[in-house]
Amino acid sequence: MNLLAIFGGLDITTLLNAAPGYIAQGAIWGIMALGLYISYRLLDFSDLTVDGSFATGAAVTVMLILAGWPAWAAMIAAVVAGMLAGFVTGMLHTALGIAPILAGILTQIALYSINLHILGNKPNQAISVDKYDLIISLRTVNTAIFVALAFAAALVALFYWFFGTEAGSAVRATGCNPNMAKAQGINISAVKVFALALSNGVVALAGGLLAQYQGFADAQMGRGAIVIGLASIIIGEVIAEAIFSKHMHFLICLSSAVFGGIIYYVVMGVILWLKLPTNDMKLFTAIIVAVFLAAPYLKNKYHTSFSALKRRNRAEAKKDALKESGEA
Amino acid sequence: MLDLKGIYKTFNPGSINEKRALKGIDLHLDEGDFVTIIGGNGAGKSTLLNAVAGVWPVDKGTISIDGVDVTAFPEYKRAAFLGRVFQDPMTGTAANMQIEENLALAARRGKKRGLGWEVTKEEREKFRQELVTLDLGLEDRLSAKVGLLSGGQRQALTLLMATYVKPKLLLLDEHTAALDPKTASKVLELTDKIVSESGLTALMVTHNMNDAIRHGNRLIMMNHGKIIYDVSGEEKKNLTVDDLLKRFSEASGEDYVDDRAVLSSVQK
Repeated sequence: MNLLAIFGGLDITTLLNAAPGYIAQGAIWGIMALGLYISYRLLDFSDLTVDGSFATGAAVTVMLILAGWPAWAAMIAAVVAGMLAGFVTGMLHTALGIAPILAGILTQIALYSINLHILGNKPNQAISVDKYDLIISLRTVNTAIFVALAFAAALVALFYWFFGTEAGSAVRATGCNPNMAKAQGINISAVKVFALALSNGVVALAGGLLAQYQGFADAQMGRGAIVIGLASIIIGEVIAEAIFSKHMHFLICLSSAVFGGIIYYVVMGVILWLKLPTNDMKLFTAIIVAVFLAAPYLKNKYHTSFSALKRRNRAEAKKDALKESGEA
Repeated sequence: MLDLKGIYKTFNPGSINEKRALKGIDLHLDEGDFVTIIGGNGAGKSTLLNAVAGVWPVDKGTISIDGVDVTAFPEYKRAAFLGRVFQDPMTGTAANMQIEENLALAARRGKKRGLGWEVTKEEREKFRQELVTLDLGLEDRLSAKVGLLSGGQRQALTLLMATYVKPKLLLLDEHTAALDPKTASKVLELTDKIVSESGLTALMVTHNMNDAIRHGNRLIMMNHGKIIYDVSGEEKKNLTVDDLLKRFSEASGEDYVDDRAVLSSVQK
């Protein structure tokens, strides 16, 4: 059998050996998902800038470390660069009236050129953990998991605090009901620009971490980042809802985004381990995201659709018919 | 308190859909005035309220509130002076946020929003006491999401939010139009109570002539972007719906056109 030929060659230890690497990468993408959470969930703004700002963070981090900066300083610079990208998207939307998705796409496209410039007009730049003092590296994968999770935990704590303040609640109100926010005296344009800057700053931080982890920055590395981020957020939410039911504490909402990133990468690891063709990875990603996006909708629809009504009515009719025949 | 001088507003100017919504509105409100505004479909009632609220800049004219020229203030800046309740109960509150969070947002209208906690302990107690006055049992549901409330409850909450920080001017834009008759009269009763207890200055748009007569100390009738009738004091108290309809055709030379007004007079 063909199937036997494929699965017979699989060795579970290969998967287990690779697992820590997937967990570390997943945690880094989980940090990226945290950044996306601000725009996608809190501000209700589908921000495609992240595909560009993720690579910007990576490029800035690697180039500055190569230039002799300490890694922590390079990463702060990366955050600032990411915030600048978010600021531009915010201004395109609020000051120039460009629709959210288009504003994000424009910045993303512009960043592609800018990232190449940052990388010294090369498609990628390597950075060796042997020569430079990096914060995170796949060479020491267990430490890498710890570092990534520590960053994630710090950000979750920071967000939990900030979005519970007056300023943070203004961001949430703007995302939830902009008309109400304006009537309560909130300058929603300023809030949007600020939140997009914050969001992309975090995304760039994640890019900087991934570049150090894998030992290079690539102008292409942000491609599809929005989908991976969305996948992390949604996978995390679906699983957390299953565990904690509907009413979730904000801390759990935030943590689930990081957790979702890890799950996503572990699933991807399993797909690779099954020796499915790597060229199809993006296809699998799209399918996974579509499945998780559709699951809550279909679950709801199963109970409240017209066909569900038809199903119920038919069952009733059958019952009645049985009853009548029983009586007769 | 409120001064409107020569307000003009045209929507879609120069196009086939051009609509001259406000055509030279002059209006002065004294402190403590509670003015009801009626008028047919497209008379410019809501447009007038939106002009005051700063939803968009007017084409011509000046608006000042309590001596401050706010003509060039954007909506969020004018909010410091205004409390607003909208026709759609969904508009005035944030559905995904808790009752106390919504109130806290309203409690900071016109103030700087910094890094202090969004709801403090003392505030929570005060919110509870204020919610008791609504008599809807919301005081026990401070941490419930507003999206779970009914339209009437949301509208009552919006009213409380609009007046929690005493506004210079309260704008009520057909705020009972989307509610069932019983809830509508309850929210109106509540409006009367809050306005009189806090001595608020208010503008209330309504399509219900009975409500317009029964509430407030002054009544304004609008037609085609102009104020065509302005009555206050004893004369207003003695008005009837028939008087208003007669006044309307005298002043405008047409019949009063408002399908909802017709419906609501049938209801009575």
